[in-house]
Amino acid sequence: MIRNGVGRELPESIPGVACLRPYSGNATGDSDVGRTAARREPKVLASLEEAFRRSEVEDGMTISFHHHLRDGDLVVNMALDVLANMGLRDLVLAPSALFPVHKEVLRHVRSGVVRAIQGSVNGPVGKAASEGLFDLPVILRSHGGRVRAMQTGELRVDIAVIAAPTADSMGNIGGVSGPSACGSLGYAFSDAQYARRVIAVTDTLIEYPATAFSIPQTLVDWVVPVERIGDPGRIVSGTLRVTRDPLRLIIAEQAARVIEQSGVFVDGFSMQAGAGGISLAASTFIRERMRRAGIQGGFISGGITEQSVEMLEEGLFHTLLDVQSFDTAAVASLARNRSHMEMSASFYANTAAKGCVVERLDTAILGATQVDTNFNVNVNTESDGMLLHGTGGHMDTAAGAKLTVIVTPLLRGRMPMIVDRAITVTTPGDTVDAVVTERGVAVNPRRKDLLENLNGKGIPLVDIHDLKRLAEEMTGVPRDPLFGEKIVGVVEYRDGSVIDVIYQRL
Amino acid sequence: MLINADVYGADSVIFDLEDAIPVTEKDAARILVRNALRAFSYREAEIAVRVNALSTPFGREDFEEIVPLAPSLIRLPKCETADDILRADELMREIEIRSGLEPGSVGIIPIVESAFGASNLRAIAEASPRVAALNFGAEDYTADLGAERTKEGRELDDVRARVVTAARIAGVQALDSVFADINDVEGLFEEALRVRRLGFDGKSVIHPRQVGVVHSAFTPSEREIDHAERVVRALEEAEAARSGVAVLNGRMIDAPVAAKARKILALSDAAGARREGGERR
Repeated sequence: MIRNGVGRELPESIPGVACLRPYSGNATGDSDVGRTAARREPKVLASLEEAFRRSEVEDGMTISFHHHLRDGDLVVNMALDVLANMGLRDLVLAPSALFPVHKEVLRHVRSGVVRAIQGSVNGPVGKAASEGLFDLPVILRSHGGRVRAMQTGELRVDIAVIAAPTADSMGNIGGVSGPSACGSLGYAFSDAQYARRVIAVTDTLIEYPATAFSIPQTLVDWVVPVERIGDPGRIVSGTLRVTRDPLRLIIAEQAARVIEQSGVFVDGFSMQAGAGGISLAASTFIRERMRRAGIQGGFISGGITEQSVEMLEEGLFHTLLDVQSFDTAAVASLARNRSHMEMSASFYANTAAKGCVVERLDTAILGATQVDTNFNVNVNTESDGMLLHGTGGHMDTAAGAKLTVIVTPLLRGRMPMIVDRAITVTTPGDTVDAVVTERGVAVNPRRKDLLENLNGKGIPLVDIHDLKRLAEEMTGVPRDPLFGEKIVGVVEYRDGSVIDVIYQRL
Repeated sequence: MLINADVYGADSVIFDLEDAIPVTEKDAARILVRNALRAFSYREAEIAVRVNALSTPFGREDFEEIVPLAPSLIRLPKCETADDILRADELMREIEIRSGLEPGSVGIIPIVESAFGASNLRAIAEASPRVAALNFGAEDYTADLGAERTKEGRELDDVRARVVTAARIAGVQALDSVFADINDVEGLFEEALRVRRLGFDGKSVIHPRQVGVVHSAFTPSEREIDHAERVVRALEEAEAARSGVAVLNGRMIDAPVAAKARKILALSDAAGARREGGERR
C-alpha cells in the first residue's frame, strides 16, 4: 500500500491501470499531473529575447514565420535582430514567404546569423539567392507542400514566431482586428501546430479570453507584447486594383469566356483566382456571366478580395474559404460574415491531410512568368533567370481544379512568355488545361473534352506552338540567361518530390 | 500599345502622326510607326496611318516614309477640295512605283473637318479611285462652324447626312467621327446606334474600351437578323419557284428591302465572326 498526497491508501497496482501514479499534490511541482492543474507562470513575457531564451534557442535551429502582414511585416526583421544580438548563428528560416521589406535578412546571412531559407522568397532575398549568397539552396514549397513537410517531419520547426494582430494573455491569436489586422491567419496554423515552441508577438494585447481567435492558446507557449508588428498601409491594400490595362482586360474576358463554355460553369461552380491583375479582372467577367446565366456558385477559395466579398453578399456564391485576406473589405467581411470562413493552409491544399479544398475546385485562374509548349508553368523565376517569386498555391490549385486556366500576356516588354523550355518548371503541364493570351487560347491536347466544348464558341483556339511562334515573330528568340553550376533553389512539388532546381545566375 | 494594336478587336487600326503628336515629336512618331509597320504583321486588323496634311511641313515626309510600307489606307486630314486628294494621289503613285508597289494599291480616307470641305464632299469622295471611305472630324468641324459641341450632337446632323449622301453617290463607305468621352459607354453606344441608323458604315474610336461598344451598336439586333433571314429565305423561295415577286407577310419584297436584308446579314456575320460566337446584344 502507498499513501498518496491526500492521505489515501492505494495498492501498488490495479488491474487495468497500466501505470499507477499516486496523486502527489498540486503545489510541489514535482509531478506532471500537478503541473497541469496548477497555474502556470504567466505566458506574457517582457521581451522577445526572453521568449527565445525560454524556448531554449540554439545555433542551427529552424525558426518559422508567416507572411500575412506581407510587405508591412515588422516581426521577421525584429526577431532576427534579437537573435543576432543574442549571438546566434547558422539559423534556418522557414517563412511561409518573404517580401521586399525583408531584405534585412540579407545582412544576417552575410554575418552568419542565418544560414539557409526554406520558404518562399519574393524580390530582393530571391535575387540574392540567385546570385549565390546562400551556402544551401532555398527550398521552395507550395502552401500545401509546406504544411505537408511539417506534418511528415521533413521540415522541423524549432520555434515559430507568429505575428499576432491580437492576442490575449494566454496566446489566443486573432487576425481580424487591431492596427495590424490582416484577416485570415491561414498559413500560421501549421506553424502553431507543428513547431516545438510557439511565440506570439503582438501589438494589441486584449483581455482574456479573446472571443474571436484563429489560433488557440493550447498551441502557444509565450506572448510578447511589442509596440508595433506591422505597417498597416503595406499589410492590406485599400482595394486591390482590377487592371484597367485594355490588353489585360482582353485576356481576362477571354478567360471568362473559356470558363463559361468549358463545361464546369454550372450551379455549384467553385473557383479560385490568383491575386494577379488579370486573374482578378477575370473574376469580374465571370461575375457578369454568372448573373447573366443565373448560375448559383458554390465557393470561392484562396486569397480573398473585396470582389469575392461582393459576390458572396450578392448571393452569387455560398461561401468564401479564406486562407489569406487581401484587402480591408475582406478583413471586415471575415470578421462579420459566418459564410466567410477562415481556412488553414492544410485545409486548403495539404496532400497529406484527409481531404483538402483544392480537390473540390472547379476552376483555378492562375498567372505565370513563363509557359512552355508542354504547358509546364514557371512562376518562380523571371525570363532573366532570377528567382523572384514564391510558389504560392499555384501547383496545389492547378493539381486540384477540374479546369486550370493560365492567363498571361503573350509578351512582357520584349520577352515572349510562351517558350520551348521554361527556365523553371513550377507546375507540371499535365495539371494545366488552357493558356489564355491576347492572341488566342491554347488548350492542352490532353483535354480533348475541353477542346470539343470550346470549339465553335467564338473562342480563338490555337496550337500552343503557334502561339510561341507568333511571340517569337515579334520578339525574336531570346538568348537563355547564363547559369552557373551551383544550385540555389530547389522547387519541391506539393508531394515533396523535386520537380526542378534553380541554378545560380552568372 | 503599338505592338498589340491589332488585338483589341478593331477592324482597322489607325496610327496617328497628326494631331495627337506634338510638333516637336513628329519625326520620332514617324520613325516609331515606320518601324512598327516593318516589324509587326498586324494580322488581326487593317492598317491605316493618319498622316499630316501635305500643306504642313511634315506631310510630304510622312508619305515618303509610310506609303512604301503598304498600309491599307492613308487617312488624309483637313481635306477641302478634290485637289487635296489629287495631290496626295499623285505623290502616292510616284512613291508606290518607286517602291515596287502596285500603283493605286494604298487607299485614301479623306477627313473633312471644315465648312469649306463640307461644301465639297461629293467632289472629294469622287476625286480618286483610291478613296475608300469618307470621314469627317467633328471637333475641327464644329470649331470652324462656330457651333457648340454637345453630347446630343444635333449640330452635326446636317454634315452627317451630307457625308452619307456623298459617300453613297461615290460608292464609298461613310465613317463617323470619334466620341471623345472614353468613360461614357452609354453615350457612345447611343451615338453609334444613331449614326448607324443615319446610314454610316462605321465609327472611329480613340480607346480600346470603345471597340466592343461600337461593334455592339453596329451589330444588328436579334429581331433585325431574324427579319432579314426571313426576307432572304422568301427571296430564295421565290427564285426557286421562278416567281418574279417575293412576298413576306403579305408585302412585296422590293429591291431596297432585299438589299437592306443582305446588308444586315453581312454585318451580323462579320460581327459574329469577329466577336464571340452567337453572343449578340
